[in-house]
Formats: sequence, structure tokens, C-alpha cells
Amino acid sequence: MTSKELAWKIRRHGIEMTSLAKGSHIASVLSVADIVAVLYNDVMKIFPRDPASDLRDRFILSKGHAGAAVYAALAEEGYFATELLRTHCQDGSFLSGHVSHKGVPGVELSTGSLGHGLGVAAGMALAALRDGKQCQFYAVLGDGECDEGSVWEAALFANHYRLRNLTAVIDHNKMQSLDYCEKTLELLDLAGKWRAFGWRCLEVDGHDHEALREACRTTDAEKPVCVVAHTVKGKGVSFMENNILWHYRDPQGEFYEQAIQELELVRP
Amino acid sequence: MRNAFVKALEIQAARDENIFLITGDLGFGVLTDFSAKFPARFINAGICEQNMTAVAAGMALEGKTVFTYSIANFPTARCLEQIRNDVAYHEANVKIVAVGAGFSYGALGMTHHATEDIAFMRALPKITVLSPCDPLEAEKAAEYAVAAAGPFYIRLGRGGEPAIHQDRSFSLRRGKALELKSGTDAAILATGSIAGEALKAAAILAERGISCAVYSFPFVKPLDEELLRRLAAAMPLIVTLEEHTAHGGFGGAVAEVISGFRARAALTRIGLGDTFSAIVGSQAYLRRAYGLDGESVAKAILEAYEREREREGEGI
Repeated sequence: MTSKELAWKIRRHGIEMTSLAKGSHIASVLSVADIVAVLYNDVMKIFPRDPASDLRDRFILSKGHAGAAVYAALAEEGYFATELLRTHCQDGSFLSGHVSHKGVPGVELSTGSLGHGLGVAAGMALAALRDGKQCQFYAVLGDGECDEGSVWEAALFANHYRLRNLTAVIDHNKMQSLDYCEKTLELLDLAGKWRAFGWRCLEVDGHDHEALREACRTTDAEKPVCVVAHTVKGKGVSFMENNILWHYRDPQGEFYEQAIQELELVRP
Repeated sequence: MRNAFVKALEIQAARDENIFLITGDLGFGVLTDFSAKFPARFINAGICEQNMTAVAAGMALEGKTVFTYSIANFPTARCLEQIRNDVAYHEANVKIVAVGAGFSYGALGMTHHATEDIAFMRALPKITVLSPCDPLEAEKAAEYAVAAAGPFYIRLGRGGEPAIHQDRSFSLRRGKALELKSGTDAAILATGSIAGEALKAAAILAERGISCAVYSFPFVKPLDEELLRRLAAAMPLIVTLEEHTAHGGFGGAVAEVISGFRARAALTRIGLGDTFSAIVGSQAYLRRAYGLDGESVAKAILEAYEREREREGEGI
């Protein structure tokens, strides 16, 4: 499987999962799909048959509302059966609308309230550094999530403790819950902010797999790395792109059909 | 109390190199020895309790036993959601230590009065709530928390609390209260250093011919249900005493348990009312001001005791 294939499958699963679940956040799943695909398929050391292996790289989805993307990636990588994805958000399922670790092999951390993942990843990274573990810790955040003060507490901490084994990837799709980020709470120079906090910060096209691969593999001898991945919210389904409605709406009927059709046209 | 706790933690840390201590930039003079002895395992997270707690959860998920340390409401209320989601839901091996129970920092003002913390911490699933009454219980709480896996909240006083236990030989057992004094007419159940006021009240009441048993409850969660069942059946009156609101905390927890019994005992909960303290002062002053000192407690118990006797006399 190539990362392109995985990203396509994440999008395909995501549309089906949110449709079946009548659940929200498909646009976030579509914007983060390439980031998740590149990390799981090409960048991280993963052990689907031994999810707790000490050698694994750790992945934390801090923007927990895009959990369907991670569930889809885990299933496609072999952590659990893809059939299980159809239970997403259904009665009695462990596959909750926001990513949850309980009962789901491969999920490191349950999130859903924003601003939690980077701090926990920093703690994990610090413990691993002290133990001399050779793994890398990835936290994927949303740009809207960067409104949370706790993100910046963690950013201060990660620099101060020189967490060179920590990579934050920002899914910078320019939109948040009710509106564009810049109309909500101006982020201004997001990459510059991370640099000012002492991080090595790279900016890439968050749908360009080659660029993502290179950026996510970048480490610094002293600094944590932040990858600001410029993305399009709703990427891959024309009518969902940059449309705040699809932060909430679930694809049904003709919308579902059209979304699937558009994806089928670009099937890798 | 805090010094006894940290000393005990140092002994544990010397034996177990998995133990880490993270402070939210507090503990001047208290954590100095720990930081000198174990510099690689002492982390000052800065003045950011949310991140301190998230980091602690992350380290615990990588196999560490992590103590977070701050004062008053900062390591609890300020980062309650990190405790709920990152620590408790993941059953991470994080021990949250708050110094300054109740009015320990009475003069510093309401921000530093920890008077609702038991309520919000005991509401969270998976967290054990420890509230030792004196330096010796605090020392044993440190040992206990290291030995037992999972999230803990440990509510400590400040410095200079008197010894309540005279005999060192007791041990903490999960969910078990400790008898400080036996008695037959009423049982005073206390958590934290205010157990000292319970003993004073018992001594005052003894002069009035009322025999009070006094128990220290280092475990607010889980509660000693077996003892409560026994006392509810045997005693005319159970009194809870805490340096905390009388709702939602220790007294509230006892009420929840006792309400399930066909109890003989009446329950009187002594603590703060539905209030913050806008006035400041020493811990002793504020205890008196809010009726939590030995004399006030004795008076309240005497009233409750006489009320119950009248009721019994009326055959109700």
C-alpha cells in the first residue's frame, strides 16, 4: 500500500463512517487524511500485531474529532478488521466520534477536548528521552485547537526540555468550528509563533505526500519540530472544501453519492 | 505534613527510579532535597498546571510513577479536565499532591482556600482520594501511593500540623479508617488535620458525660463502608467534620453511603456552608470563624445529641 492509497482509503472510509454514523467532522477527516496516511504508512515505525511494542513510534491525534481518519488508518494497517469501522458511533461501539483508546488497538491517547494531546505527547517524549528510547512522538493538532492556552504551555515545555523526539503536525486548514480561524481568533504567523517558542518549524503543503514525508522525518539535534501543514478543509470532495457546513453535516443521499463518485474518479 | 510527605517520597524515590516529581513552580524549601538528590527525576513544569498534569499523564503512560505538586486549587481545579481525560480515563499512574488543605493558607485569600477540592476530585471515576490527618499519616500516604497503581489525589496540610497518631505502628489499608479514640454515644468522623479539632471536641464532650469515638479517614475514596455500616447500627449520632464545604466532600460521601442503610444513627455534617471565605486570617482563626474549631464542634455535637435524645424520648 502506498501512502496515496491509504489516504484515499481514509477518505473513502471517512465518508462512509460519518454517513453511517450520521456524525460530524467529515471535513476535518478529509483535511487530515494525507497527514495521517503519510505518518502511518511511511514515516512511523508501527507494529500492528504488537501494538504495545516499545519500539513503536507514538501517534497522538490531539484534534480528536478527526478520529475516523485514525480508525480508518489503523484498520487498513492491520490493527483491527476494517469491518469494525462500520460500527463507528453506533450503539455499544468503542469507536467513538472522538478518538478513544479503550477497546481500540493502536490508539495511544483518547482525546476530544482540544489542547490535551501535545502536553501528553511531551510527557511521553520526556520519559522516553530519559530512558534512552529511540522512538519519535507525533502529535497532530488542529489550527483552531491552537486557540487553547494549553497548547502553548506544552510548546514552552517541549522547547525547554529540548524534546528532540517530539514532532507536532498542525493541520492548518484555516477553518474552525464556526468560521475561518482568522475571523475567529487571529493566528497571524502560525509558523513564526512556533519558531518564537523555540521549535524548528517547517511549512509544507499538507496534501503533498513527498513534502509531508520529508518534513515529518525531519528531526533536530536539540529542538522539537513543528510541521505546519497547509491543508484544505474538506479536501477531495468539491462541495465540502472550505465550507463550514461540513464541519457538522453528515453526507447522505445525493451528497453521499456525489462524494463517493468524486473519490472514485481519483482512486489511485 | 508536607515535609513528612516529601521525606517519605524521597525514601521511595531512592528505592524506585521510576518515581518522578513534577512541580508547578511551587515548593520553595520543601522540594529542595528531592531536587538535589534526584535532579533527573525532578521537573519544574513552570506555572502551567494544565501542562504539568498532561505531561505527568504522558510520562505515566510511558511507565513512570509521577507525582504532581502544587498548592491549594492549582493542581486540581485549574487542570480538572486534564485530570479527568488524561489521567483518570487512562488510569495513568499519576499522584496529584495539593498542599494547603482547607484554610492552611488562610491569610492568602479565597483563591488559596482549598475548600471544594474533595468534592470535585472524588466525583471523578478511578481516582483514589487520600486526605491524611497528620505528618505520620502523610508519610504513610506517600508510601501507599507509590505501592498502589493508578491515579491518586493526595490532600495535604502545610507545615507544623501536630502529630495525632502517637503510635507509629499502624498501616494504611485501602478504604480503611483509623480509630483515634473509642466512645459509645457518638462517632466523630474527620478527614485531614481537622481531626485534631475532633479530638478536642471529644475531650470537651467527655466532661459533659458524652462519650465520643473519633475516627480519622485518610481515605475519602473509597470510604470505609464496613465501618460506616457498623457505626450506623450502633451509634445514636454520627458526625462528619471536614475543612471543606459540608456538601459534596467527605460529609457528602458519608451521607451517600449511610443513606443506603437502615440506620439508627442520625448524621450531622460539619463543614463550611455554601460559601467562600472573603475574610482572611490564620487557619486557627478561620476555623473558629466558621465553627470548625474544637469548641464550636463540641457545641454543635451537643445540640445534635440532645435533639436526637429528645426524638428518641418522643418515640419517633
